[in-house]
Amino acid sequence: MSVETLTRDEVQEKPAVPLKAKDYKGKVDPDWCPGCGDFGVLSSLQRACANLGLQPHEILTISGIGCSSNFPGFFNSYGMHTLHGRALAVATGAQMGNHELTVFVTGGDGDGYGIGGNHFTHTARRNVDLTYIVMDNQIYGLTTGQVSPTSSIDMRTKSTPFGSVEAPINPITAAIMNGATFVARAFSGDARHLTGLIEQAVQHRGFALIDVFSPCVTFNKDNDYPFFKQRVKKLEDEGHDPGDWKAACEKAMIWGDEIYTGLFFQKKDAPTLGDQEPVLDEGGAIARRELGITRDQSDRIIKRMM
Amino acid sequence: MSSDRFDLAIAIGGAAGQGIATPGNVLARIFIRRGLHLNAYNAYQSIIRGGHIFLTMRIGDQPVHNHGDKLDLLVCLNQDTMDRHLGLMGPGTRVIYNSDTITPGSPEDGVHLCPLPIGELTDNNRNKLVQNTVALGTILNLLDVDFQILEDILTMQFQRKGQDVVDENVGVARAGYDYAAAHFEPFSLTVPSGGKPLAVWNGNDAIAMGGAAAGVKFYCAYPMSPSTGVLHWMAKNARELGIMVRQVEDEIGVANMAIGAAHTGCRSMCATSGGGFALMTEAVGSAAMMEIPVVFIDVQRAGPSTGVPTKTEQGDLWQILGASQVDFERFIVAPTDALDAFNTMPELFNLVDHFQCPGIVISDLLISEGTFSVDPDAIDMQPHIDRGAVITESRTDVSDIPTGSQEANGHGLIGAPSNGYLRYENTESGISPRALPGVQGYAHVVATDEHDEDGVLVSDEFTNPHKRRKMVEKRARKFKGAAGHIDPPELSGAADAEVTLIGWGSTRGVISEAVEMLSEEGIAVNHLPVKWIVPLHAEAIADVFANAKRTVIVENNYSGQFHRYLRSETGLTADGHIRKYDGEPFMPHQIVEGVRELLAETTDIYVPYQEVIV
Repeated sequence: MSVETLTRDEVQEKPAVPLKAKDYKGKVDPDWCPGCGDFGVLSSLQRACANLGLQPHEILTISGIGCSSNFPGFFNSYGMHTLHGRALAVATGAQMGNHELTVFVTGGDGDGYGIGGNHFTHTARRNVDLTYIVMDNQIYGLTTGQVSPTSSIDMRTKSTPFGSVEAPINPITAAIMNGATFVARAFSGDARHLTGLIEQAVQHRGFALIDVFSPCVTFNKDNDYPFFKQRVKKLEDEGHDPGDWKAACEKAMIWGDEIYTGLFFQKKDAPTLGDQEPVLDEGGAIARRELGITRDQSDRIIKRMM
Repeated sequence: MSSDRFDLAIAIGGAAGQGIATPGNVLARIFIRRGLHLNAYNAYQSIIRGGHIFLTMRIGDQPVHNHGDKLDLLVCLNQDTMDRHLGLMGPGTRVIYNSDTITPGSPEDGVHLCPLPIGELTDNNRNKLVQNTVALGTILNLLDVDFQILEDILTMQFQRKGQDVVDENVGVARAGYDYAAAHFEPFSLTVPSGGKPLAVWNGNDAIAMGGAAAGVKFYCAYPMSPSTGVLHWMAKNARELGIMVRQVEDEIGVANMAIGAAHTGCRSMCATSGGGFALMTEAVGSAAMMEIPVVFIDVQRAGPSTGVPTKTEQGDLWQILGASQVDFERFIVAPTDALDAFNTMPELFNLVDHFQCPGIVISDLLISEGTFSVDPDAIDMQPHIDRGAVITESRTDVSDIPTGSQEANGHGLIGAPSNGYLRYENTESGISPRALPGVQGYAHVVATDEHDEDGVLVSDEFTNPHKRRKMVEKRARKFKGAAGHIDPPELSGAADAEVTLIGWGSTRGVISEAVEMLSEEGIAVNHLPVKWIVPLHAEAIADVFANAKRTVIVENNYSGQFHRYLRSETGLTADGHIRKYDGEPFMPHQIVEGVRELLAETTDIYVPYQEVIV
């Protein structure tokens, strides 16, 4: 690469150019079905990044597999389109490797709460500093319509032709119980609300989950835009206290004529995984440090073996 | 080994919880400080309390490559050990035991029984571990080694617990020493001393240290025997060395987390055993597809499935060869001993960085949990580091921000060419410079889906057979000539030998001793130890086969996994096989007997009988 380069410090000295939402357009346009809820999530994240003044190269967007996991390709930042269910594990490694990056994890309900459920639990309890946006459409879309971990009881899908008999997971209460320090729900039909929540999530230090109702217009006819539009109610309008985890869980359990969106729970002062690791205290990202160990260090190690 | 060498084997047997590790460590320190070489194998069970543990420590004035065939001294910490192993002891050997609790049975003529009245010697000390320390004193006296060194090491060992504990241990050790002087006939040998003091480690330490020396900054694992020692070493040294160490929820998470850290630019690795590696396999392929350098370590144990968690086997070769779907580029290497494993780590990291692909290390319980002496000067903790084509400097002449967001780009799609950086540029070598996240001017997406040079997916609605073919060939092209970056296997021994023994990985030490023993019998044998599995130096191996009179493959598994692999890659088949799959490693005499049987043509596949049952 024969290009002029600047050191990191020189780059940082340059004033940031204010960016617009369209500056976060990826190399290709989304291949989602027309009307897919994920479009609203993409535009909200682009808007939030512009509002926060994040430079694309400072962002790492990581996904698993599924319709919504194609997200990094449509978003202008560093990105990783990893394995089904594994985005949070990859993201934890990446965040530890370079904790100076702003890390987004984007994916769906099957990817995150199904095949990736174990990583969801543990990433939450570790309080890894990242923003996890789940485009929850309560269905498996890319495999053409099977039941998902958030599908309602009795929902008929190709794999449950007589109706699902399994209770769905509640991502909000699950995240709170697992130790997540920022837990929110949004509706992709309300981009302004979602944008605000993303901005809050990025500014929050620690694991932030935003479960977004993102309707699948092709395979989920039960939970479509009108279903949510009639039901969603913002917690902010109710005077909910996000510091009250019990109230948060009570609100999160309500699923009927009213379904709450907004910030359910936030614990502001919890140390992140990186905060608790002295290895990260000094010297910047470990990915950028000099490799190898000093003679003093190796002498000490070998002396202990003698 | 020829009789003019100093060659002594001590075994300590007891139940888990009886504290065998401590006297083992103390003895190891005593011998290495005298400059003696050491190889110890601990046969144990997957049990925390109870069961049977049998530590065999062989000491020599020359490098010791395996735990050997015979025992000179047996320490029985319980009746079970006496009952199981007294029959192994021959004339001239010594058997130490607590005569308060253990009855000896009938030894072979010439075995010296050394009963210790532990209660009397320790003023009826109720600490059950005290007999171990008494035995240490006794061992030293039988070997005619001065007591002082034991006092020094016990003091070092127990210092943290206070002077009372030091005094108590030194006191009972002294009692054992003096009691032996008064009651037992010492060995008629002199333990050499004055050699250059050596260090002691096990294979997992060596692997971890090799990683640290190579510049590993991220290590993660899920505990699994016999790989857990790597995690323990890393965890213990993490903060001093600036290594991020994480214990993860499962091996799927481990492999993916290691990949995430590697993508940001860390040298990153993880270790597991066969079952855990099975969970990692999908991620191995993802590292290859995204072209992220990362190292996976599989410390093999007896299987399949949960198998025999505390026993050794070379049974994962085909799992590793088949790890992850379809064709992709990766290195697979089976180090032949602990020091080789140490040296392999920086070499492998340089290779995976250069070729931007995963690397897999195959170890096994024998190497990883064995204890070995090592010349401290042979441990090169500042090896050469080469990170390959990696972009770490930002640029501002090209923007990450899209310029022509509504113009058609190379994909015929509405979008933006952005910075124009091609992460997967279709270069002549197939190697494309890798920009690390955070570097301005190179923002891009890496994908496990098939992708074009710029990282854009070609797997979904844009499927394009020509692009797909181009990218498959680009990745494959990287590996053309990769074999030139690694050493071919080297034949040792006579060129016109009657038998050529071929082994891989951890069997090198035991085969080389069997070769010596056979040559003393007048059977000329040479030895080809194979270390690099992929890429395989097929021509070098074929040359050896072409010139061999009789080829015999030695491996620690049932089906001849290496033989089947060699045949699939080269069409070569061996004349005979020596295989073992009982959980225990080969002993030199078992290979010697195998060669004799194969030469007598009584069988094509010789499976030795394991005399030591633990």
